[in-house]
Amino acid sequence: MRVTQFAALGAALSLTAMTAQAGTLEDVQARGELNCVVTTGVAGFAAPDENGKWTGFDVDFCRAVAAAVLGDGEKVKFVPTTGKTRFTVLNSGEGDILFRNTTETMSRDADLKLTFLPVNYYDGQGFLIRKELGINSAKDLDGASICIQTGTTTELNLADFFRVNGMSYEPVAIETNEEGITNYSANRCDVYTTDASGLASTRAALDDPSAHIILPEIISKEPLGGAVRHGDDQWADISKWVVNAIIIAEELGVTAANVAEHAAAAGDNPSINRLLGTEGDMGAMIGLDKDWAARAISAVGNYAESFDRNIGPDTPIGLARGLNASWKDGGILYAAPIR
Amino acid sequence: MSETTLSQPQRNIVSRLWNDKETRSIIIQIIAFAAIFALFFYMVRNAVINLEAIGKDISFDFLWQPASYDISQSLVEYTSRSSHFTAMIVGIINTLLIAVFGILLSTVLGFLLGVLRLSKNWVTNKLAYVYIEYTRNVPVLLHILLIHGLIVHALPLPKNAINVSDAAFLTNRGFFLPSPEIQPLFWFVLALFVMGIIFSIWFRSYAKRVQDETGKYYPVFWISLSAIMGFPLIMYFLLGSPIDWQIPELKGFNYKGGMVIRPEFIALWIALSCYTAAFIGEIVRSGITAVSWGQTEAASALGVSRGRTLSLVVIPQALRIIIPPLTSQYLNITKNSSLAIAIGYMDIVATIGGISLNQTGREMECMTIVLLLYLTFSLLISAFMNWYNKRIKLTER
Amino acid sequence: MEKNNLSATGSTMKPDYVIGEHPDLPPPSNTIGPIAWIRDNLLSSPANIVMTILSIFFLYKILPPSLDWMFFDAAFVGEDRNACRAVADGACWAFISERFKLFTYGFYPIENRWRVDLSFVLLVIAVIPILFDKTPFRKYGLWFAMVFPFIAGWLLVGGFGLDPVPTEKFGGFMLTLVVGITGIAFSLPLGILLALGRQSNLPIIKVFCVSFIEFIRGVPLITLLFVASTMLSYFLPPGTNFDLLLRVLIMVTLFSAGYMAEVIRGGLQAIPKGQFEASDAMGLKYWPSMRLIVLPQALKISIPGIVNTFIGLYKDTTLVIIIGLLDPLGIGRASLSDTKWTGLSNEVYLFVALFFFVSCFAMSRYSLYLENKLQTEHRR
Repeated sequence: MRVTQFAALGAALSLTAMTAQAGTLEDVQARGELNCVVTTGVAGFAAPDENGKWTGFDVDFCRAVAAAVLGDGEKVKFVPTTGKTRFTVLNSGEGDILFRNTTETMSRDADLKLTFLPVNYYDGQGFLIRKELGINSAKDLDGASICIQTGTTTELNLADFFRVNGMSYEPVAIETNEEGITNYSANRCDVYTTDASGLASTRAALDDPSAHIILPEIISKEPLGGAVRHGDDQWADISKWVVNAIIIAEELGVTAANVAEHAAAAGDNPSINRLLGTEGDMGAMIGLDKDWAARAISAVGNYAESFDRNIGPDTPIGLARGLNASWKDGGILYAAPIR
Repeated sequence: MSETTLSQPQRNIVSRLWNDKETRSIIIQIIAFAAIFALFFYMVRNAVINLEAIGKDISFDFLWQPASYDISQSLVEYTSRSSHFTAMIVGIINTLLIAVFGILLSTVLGFLLGVLRLSKNWVTNKLAYVYIEYTRNVPVLLHILLIHGLIVHALPLPKNAINVSDAAFLTNRGFFLPSPEIQPLFWFVLALFVMGIIFSIWFRSYAKRVQDETGKYYPVFWISLSAIMGFPLIMYFLLGSPIDWQIPELKGFNYKGGMVIRPEFIALWIALSCYTAAFIGEIVRSGITAVSWGQTEAASALGVSRGRTLSLVVIPQALRIIIPPLTSQYLNITKNSSLAIAIGYMDIVATIGGISLNQTGREMECMTIVLLLYLTFSLLISAFMNWYNKRIKLTER
Repeated sequence: MEKNNLSATGSTMKPDYVIGEHPDLPPPSNTIGPIAWIRDNLLSSPANIVMTILSIFFLYKILPPSLDWMFFDAAFVGEDRNACRAVADGACWAFISERFKLFTYGFYPIENRWRVDLSFVLLVIAVIPILFDKTPFRKYGLWFAMVFPFIAGWLLVGGFGLDPVPTEKFGGFMLTLVVGITGIAFSLPLGILLALGRQSNLPIIKVFCVSFIEFIRGVPLITLLFVASTMLSYFLPPGTNFDLLLRVLIMVTLFSAGYMAEVIRGGLQAIPKGQFEASDAMGLKYWPSMRLIVLPQALKISIPGIVNTFIGLYKDTTLVIIIGLLDPLGIGRASLSDTKWTGLSNEVYLFVALFFFVSCFAMSRYSLYLENKLQTEHRR
């Protein structure tokens, strides 16, 4: 009786378990699907629409990697996580790659055993507050109730900021962004704090966006980027160069519309040729074919296209490029060259 | 012929052992033990390999590092420079706080509901019925979210706080109450209070002895009450009210000074208590109806008054039926307090199992701590209720 | 005899009824009718009057504003939140109706949603013979109910000729039903085994079962779910990775099996010792004696407790939201992050509450019906 039970248990385990000793690239290709870790929903960055299709700026990077590796930007399985579960989901192998408004820090890199990809959004923590309170500086926030999303760097920055400035506050720790908005709009807190990009998307979602302002102080550096697990350098390289390729495409003027044309034959610009594989074979160095970057760009477009489509000035989020403009336009978005 | 009979037992030694009840039970147990042990060993081995692969170790050193985050409700000294261990203590205290307050309120509400359900008044009875059915059949997480939403939406901002006689202020940031500042003379009052309790305990057993021997009856309740409450109160006023009350004042965004009960605590407390009270109400009702009607009739035939019938005949018997399921409701309230995380009340799961876990990345260590803490609470509550249950158990003579 | 004579003779004193068969007179007018009812039930004593007044005052305070918000001031159609606000101040049910499909099916592919519908129809067919013992062809129905979880699993997950649907697409009420029904179907047998193990004479088995049950009952479900979602993969062979939903199903099943075991243990303990001794005397071995004598009686006693455990399990499915599965509440919260609909959390909570109330109330009514049916003892 007992023996048969264990036999059945073993059979059940071996049926459901997929053993994967090979590298992440082989796993993903064998599976035919990329497991991408995203948020449970931040408008503009990653959120499901009414048909359950995920869209957003971070989502585009997932799709770009999938397009490069699998040839199809739709072959992504999105794993929604809270701020708290994201790293464990990645580290336990449930996700292959993480694009989830994640700040690169030393302890996360070294202690949480993550390899960070190039920064795809330069951000900083700010404060959203009601205009009617008449506050113009974060230095005047003594005694305020502040909503924070837990599991992020924001609670640490906030504690440091108030400590350094000798002020007190009441932290209201919230698990998800939606809950944060609900609490802020119900006036449970005077201030909502998170990365400035998140504040813009929060503000856009409020009843009357014009009644709220974002305070000028940015109290932290938040370089947001994707991440993969330690220990698979090839996979880290692939992910890193897909992100770089998307950024470089903007510098070179390659868009989703003209990428096919550029990729058809080698042109005059050697940089474009190397990017799109019409010259040399950069793809082979990371274990992919020549067209890897062309596929990624045709799936989601270049950095500017994705930015404008998801979070740019014409969207409800309405973020300006600011720091995130290409270095050629005076921003600090600067990708290592492909050569 | 004789050869076969000799070798028969040897050939079938296995089946013979199997057919012997004692041997079989030993064999089954050895197999089960080996299987469980092997499974356990296998899982630990996997964990070691997996942790090695990503270069993590198991260590509780992080507990002594600064937690670096702030907590809104803390009964002990805590700042963002305190250690993760202190944060854990804050979490434990907050969990226990909600558990104790929840158990108290849900018991009171539950007994009230149980009595209302037995009431002859049709409207009250049906109202209690509708309340119980609605509450029991909707998940507790929804109750918590709904009540939190209600409190946060319905109560005013600090500017327009509901002012209770210039001492307490109700806002959606919390209930701001005056906090006591004790002066030395107050210790006399406290000493009198403690003496009152000791006296009452002695007096109760003395009164029982006298009643057993002579049948003379003392009003134990009233005498005890005046000893515990009355004399200290008189002393308190005689000494000129030796407590200063610090009244909260509106400064900037919020009230300062005094003490504050956060809306998260209130929402969780009310939601858990109301939810559990519905279950307790049904337990109380069925406990009371389960006491045979003959008991009440017998009591009234002996001329025992209605009130004393209830307190001496019905309730002691009903309690025996009520206590075991009540225990599991108390356990449920303690465990359900972990849903605090949904509204941001900083209990164990939110501190050591939440922010600390996330900032340090030590899932194994933090989750082990959380599981062990809850197990400890549950075992303590069970042990206490078992002791109480034994005490009131029917002693058959 | 005398009666017949009287009526037959037709004397002048003839009453218009047969003697001894006078039709019942109506009760005194002050003991019937609405007025008497009110006096008996609402106003029988001063305390009673106070309670009635308090209750009615409470109803007056609560009911009209709630009804206004829910129905009379509510907007049922509208493009977005602002369209709702423009029409009415109350609830904005347009939100729910726009997202109704999402609430029902989650992200299940549209072209395959017939499989969810079919599974639901099969569920109803499988459940009826379990619930009512007068169902025609009940025996075959029960066999069908036994294989139903596997058929439904195949229909929903796919494979073997159907398009495979990854379990991340599961969501909404469908996810609630999947988790709830799987937990219910598998926790009962497991709970029976655990309860028997706890009563067993074999010390090691007993110790194992007792510690398992006490562990499960001692910790909150969300910590177990959290273990399942984050730590479990550390305990599996390197590189093994199995479905999050499956892990949740296993945890939920184990969790409710722990509670089920205690309910069934109560039933086992209520069986007189003579029953065990009698089956021993009949020479029955352990399993036959359990199957034929002990368990049928023990399960019958524990049915109300079992159904209550089911209800608890079903309600607990809302907790999967905490580890990122999108049950109705999770779908609702994700939808709230859509700029069109933010701030409508009360509508979401009430809608989900209604769903749970209807299903749990039905289950608890059924439990009462069974309790009454099975109660064969003398009642007061």
